[in-house]
Amino acid sequence: MRKLTIRAAINEALRQEMKRDPDVYVLGEDVGVFGGCFGVTAGLIDEFGPERVIDTPITESAIVGSAVGAAATGLRPVAELMFMDFVGVTLDQIFNQAAKMRYMFGGKATIPMVIRTACGAGGSAAAQHSQSLEAWFMHVPGLKVVAPSTSYDAKGLLVSSIRDDNPVIFVEHKFIYDMEGEVPEDLYTVPLGKADVKREGSDVTVIATMAMVHKALEAAEELSKEGVSVEVVDPRTLQPLDNETIIESIKKTHKVVIVHEAVKFAGPGAEIAAMIADEAFDYLDAPVKRVAAPFTPVPFSPVLEKEYIPGKEKIIAAVREVVA
Amino acid sequence: MAVEKEKLNWMYRNMLTIRNFEERVAELFAAGKCFGFVHLYVGEEAVATGVCANLRKEDYITSTHRGHGHLISKGGDLNLMMAELFGRRTGYCKGKGGSMHIADVELGILGANGIVGGGFPAAVGAGFTAKYKGTDHVVACFFGDGASNQGTFHEALNMASIWKLPVVFVNENNFYGISLSQKRSMNIPDVAARAASYNIPGVVVDGNDVLAVYEAVQEAVKRARSGEGPTLVECKTYRYRGHFEGDPTVYRTEEEVREWKKKDPIPRFETRLSQMGIMTEDQMKQLRDEISNQIEEAVKFADESPWPSPEEVLDDVYA
Repeated sequence: MRKLTIRAAINEALRQEMKRDPDVYVLGEDVGVFGGCFGVTAGLIDEFGPERVIDTPITESAIVGSAVGAAATGLRPVAELMFMDFVGVTLDQIFNQAAKMRYMFGGKATIPMVIRTACGAGGSAAAQHSQSLEAWFMHVPGLKVVAPSTSYDAKGLLVSSIRDDNPVIFVEHKFIYDMEGEVPEDLYTVPLGKADVKREGSDVTVIATMAMVHKALEAAEELSKEGVSVEVVDPRTLQPLDNETIIESIKKTHKVVIVHEAVKFAGPGAEIAAMIADEAFDYLDAPVKRVAAPFTPVPFSPVLEKEYIPGKEKIIAAVREVVA
Repeated sequence: MAVEKEKLNWMYRNMLTIRNFEERVAELFAAGKCFGFVHLYVGEEAVATGVCANLRKEDYITSTHRGHGHLISKGGDLNLMMAELFGRRTGYCKGKGGSMHIADVELGILGANGIVGGGFPAAVGAGFTAKYKGTDHVVACFFGDGASNQGTFHEALNMASIWKLPVVFVNENNFYGISLSQKRSMNIPDVAARAASYNIPGVVVDGNDVLAVYEAVQEAVKRARSGEGPTLVECKTYRYRGHFEGDPTVYRTEEEVREWKKKDPIPRFETRLSQMGIMTEDQMKQLRDEISNQIEEAVKFADESPWPSPEEVLDDVYA
């Protein structure tokens, strides 16, 4: 099958959904002529024009908030927030407006919108351009949180997100945009709330998200040489979380390591670990381990940043600890 | 200006309805029948009335924490509003929103808002939808003097201006943002002066004169419908009650309140209606009784309505 980068897969999802549904439009900073800060929206303006691929001023509250108003009145906006770190500038529009309108209004409003945003460290972009803040949004009732790791998932999950009638935070890890994978040319969906087993194994379950899925797969490959069989589970959607697939895997392996790039304290893994403690305690043969970033802002120097980002070695060490 | 008789009648009825509703809510709140935070619109009736007299059913409004007057003016159902304030299942939001979160999207009411300045961007979004879909719908975005100091004010007016969106930004300047007077919160006398930053018209009107509000907004709506973009209309007015029910109002003088009550929009309009020969004192009295009965019916409806069942707490989080 044809291979596409994650960037191209997202671009194709946008293009095909815009073709299918005239109510879908894209807005954000530099998404038009410039093609997006990471090139994700390249070429869309040529095909759909500036009326549907809208360059906004640097105005995050109005980008997200206008999308809320447009969604409430019948459109399906896809807003791009250039860096996930910028969500702080528009947080009220996300968590007090978009997320709560349906509930506050007794189910009488529908807010079908997507906020695409790039997370992740790895380019010495330092503390305000590198964060992984997905746990913030997992904590807000009314939002869905999607976090793909492959081209196939990115396309199918974005199509589902655009068609979903709720506000969706679609998190793209900026250092896997160039990663290639097989992607069907036709439109297809990957359902929200369904995890995927990226590698089957029998000794330990590694639950990993976004860029960490690939590091977990590398770790699994290396561990297989010493006879440790690792199952890698990618939740793909963090809200709603697919508890069932995670628990099914633990029933088989009885051991679990959770890996994410967000800081460990109150990160996505904290909720996943708590869920496992609630619902799968009897299947566990070892404590739940987490591999995540330390509780610091993201540092600048490549030496410090390398230390900050969870790597293959740390995953291997954690797996060895639980299988020992 | 020639305003048709039917519209003048509607304006009077609407202002009385708001006044009566709000004064009744104040009593009910004191009696423990309504809960939470309630911000009343008494004294500001001419603004919502004069604005909404220019709107059609398919036009939109975004409202504020002080939203009852806006909702009534856009056609909100009194029974459903009252039941919501009572926290009942039959309320607008099934008891999930309360005073600050009443919406009726079918009537174009995109919601009251508990966040000061929170509704500006949504108003721009609704205006965007109108332009995108090629309709001639307009949006009236209500906001206070305090909200105009929020960042969303700037972002929204800028966006509406560059895209020429059909939004009328209606500033209800009641001179206080909670306890802080306008003099201490901005270094200009008129919020409307801020329109210059966006190269859009900024108009100041007497917000206690319903016909002045009507006229100014008529012009702004005309401009919006014909694709010429937004207008900022500042309506100077005053709230008789505190910021919220229970506010001790230590930040203003009795004398100031007395002075404003002399400019009460309702008696002023009654005088105009008599002078114009639109309505006699008897007819006004009859209307007042009729509205009073209507409000009592709403109270009865709310009081007799069932509470939500506890498990309904889980409903309506997601579509």
